[in-house]
Amino acid sequence: MLEVCHVSKDYGPFHAVRDLSFTAAAGEIVGFLGPNGAGKTTTMRLITGYLPPTRGEVKVDGLVVRTNALEAKRRIGYLPEVPPVYPELTVNEYLNFCARLRRVPSRQRKDAVARACQRTALNDVRHRVIGHLSKGFRQRVGIAQAILHDPQLLVLDEPTAGLDPRQILETRQLIRELAGQHTVIISTHILSEAAATCERVVIINRGALVAVDSPENLTHRLKSTDTIELQVRCPHGNEAAVTAALGTVEGVLKADFSHLRQEVGTWQLEVANASVREEVARRIVGSGWGLLELRPIDLSLEEIFLSLTANQPAGQPEAPQPPAGADTPIAADAEKGAQL
Amino acid sequence: MSGMFAVMRKEWKTYLITPAAYVVVALFAFVSAFFFYNMLAVFVMQSLNGGFGGGNLNVNVQVLQPLMFDIGITLLFLLPMVTMRQYAEEANSGTMELLKTAPIRRMDVILGKFFAALGLLIVLLIITGFYVGVVAHYGAPDLRAAAISLLGLLLLGGAFLAIGLLISSLTKSQVVAGVITFVLFLVLWIADWPVAYSSGTAAHVIAYLSVTSHLQNFTQGILDLKDVIFYLSLIVAGLFLTARRMELAE
Repeated sequence: MLEVCHVSKDYGPFHAVRDLSFTAAAGEIVGFLGPNGAGKTTTMRLITGYLPPTRGEVKVDGLVVRTNALEAKRRIGYLPEVPPVYPELTVNEYLNFCARLRRVPSRQRKDAVARACQRTALNDVRHRVIGHLSKGFRQRVGIAQAILHDPQLLVLDEPTAGLDPRQILETRQLIRELAGQHTVIISTHILSEAAATCERVVIINRGALVAVDSPENLTHRLKSTDTIELQVRCPHGNEAAVTAALGTVEGVLKADFSHLRQEVGTWQLEVANASVREEVARRIVGSGWGLLELRPIDLSLEEIFLSLTANQPAGQPEAPQPPAGADTPIAADAEKGAQL
Repeated sequence: MSGMFAVMRKEWKTYLITPAAYVVVALFAFVSAFFFYNMLAVFVMQSLNGGFGGGNLNVNVQVLQPLMFDIGITLLFLLPMVTMRQYAEEANSGTMELLKTAPIRRMDVILGKFFAALGLLIVLLIITGFYVGVVAHYGAPDLRAAAISLLGLLLLGGAFLAIGLLISSLTKSQVVAGVITFVLFLVLWIADWPVAYSSGTAAHVIAYLSVTSHLQNFTQGILDLKDVIFYLSLIVAGLFLTARRMELAE
């Protein structure tokens, strides 16, 4: 359905996207993941024909977007990062305008607008001026605009950004519903977001492809060890004893003390497998300390990112050099790249 | 083509529901009525004096011609207010992404916006036509000359709109677009001044670019193809360069 073939986009000396290739099959939901400034929005714009690629081609349904723009664009629905709405129009007026732009035949226009409003739960606000709506509603108007003409390919740039938790759940639900009939590309910088909705994840950094896999495989591949965060109530001066006790539990690879506040200490444990947790709990309670919290920490995007880029073969200048055991905020790093 | 009408409809809707177009029409009506009333009052006074001291009395020369010319100046002030938002606002609010990813041609958007603004200009010219009607009701003006004047104003306004659209496409800031457009219009208006004291070639070349000298013929009822082509080429150049600008912005 969507083929991105060796696409690059340069802005003068800055390479926003470099030699990026991936595909999306019909009906698939693909997550497009990367830190801020990685080139996600640029890639979305290349796919939708807003920008022409410097090199390479994007094909939608076999049509090259650059040379067959009108036909290709008819098959695409696009929600940009900022919903492209006219604040002075009502939802109804706006969607009718979009239907005309998208060349929905006049007889089907009314139904198309009604259906899009139905699916995005906009019926109550159809006659209200968009400028008076909340951000969540505006975002939904943006989604309604993208699905209006029943496109084969739906490109959503950070569709849940700025929504409240309930709206995020509703939007994810909507995206899952849409998946059957549409190919969906979602960009996000939050891993859990991608994991919640996508069947496949494309990770990019500094405009270059880092990995393509299912979210489960990605976390699996990287989770050779689990991390646990532990909160223990213990008197001052006992931190070293706790650390030592934790270190002797079988399966604990590393016990790091992080801080003590009002007799509550926090530790980070690296453990071989999840079952070690029981033994850790027993040891703490058995030693007379108070076990307040014990929870596994999921790999964050930054960590997945660091592991993935660390494993990249040498000689690739775009791979960042993560310092060992680093907490380096990759996002800031990548943004530096974006400013070059 | 359908894309052009979609954009035009949307622009018209915006005119109807936002204050900008009403402000333009109201200011135009007020200022042009003031011009008209004053010119007419002076003319009527002179007529009552039997043309004493004024030589021949001619309603075309003394009322309609200066009126049309002053309406040209009024357009110079008001049309930047119409064009300054056209592209700058789209670029600013992100709606450009909607227009550029829709299955329509670049020219559809440009022409849609241009013709929508031209529609607003026609409303202003209808108001002007009302003044001609008043004169025709009480006197016998040269209606052919008046029609040619209105055509001249339509072409002048069209050229202003095309240039204004181009400048709006060059910046994200409405204020910058508005100021540059206004100053450029002003320069085009006064470009023939050097001819008054210089007979050099440069002065004449620059003077040819003046929108004023070309309007003069129209207000005098002279329909010269040279003047029509002058304005039409300004319009085509403005629209074409806007299209080029959109292409290069990618």
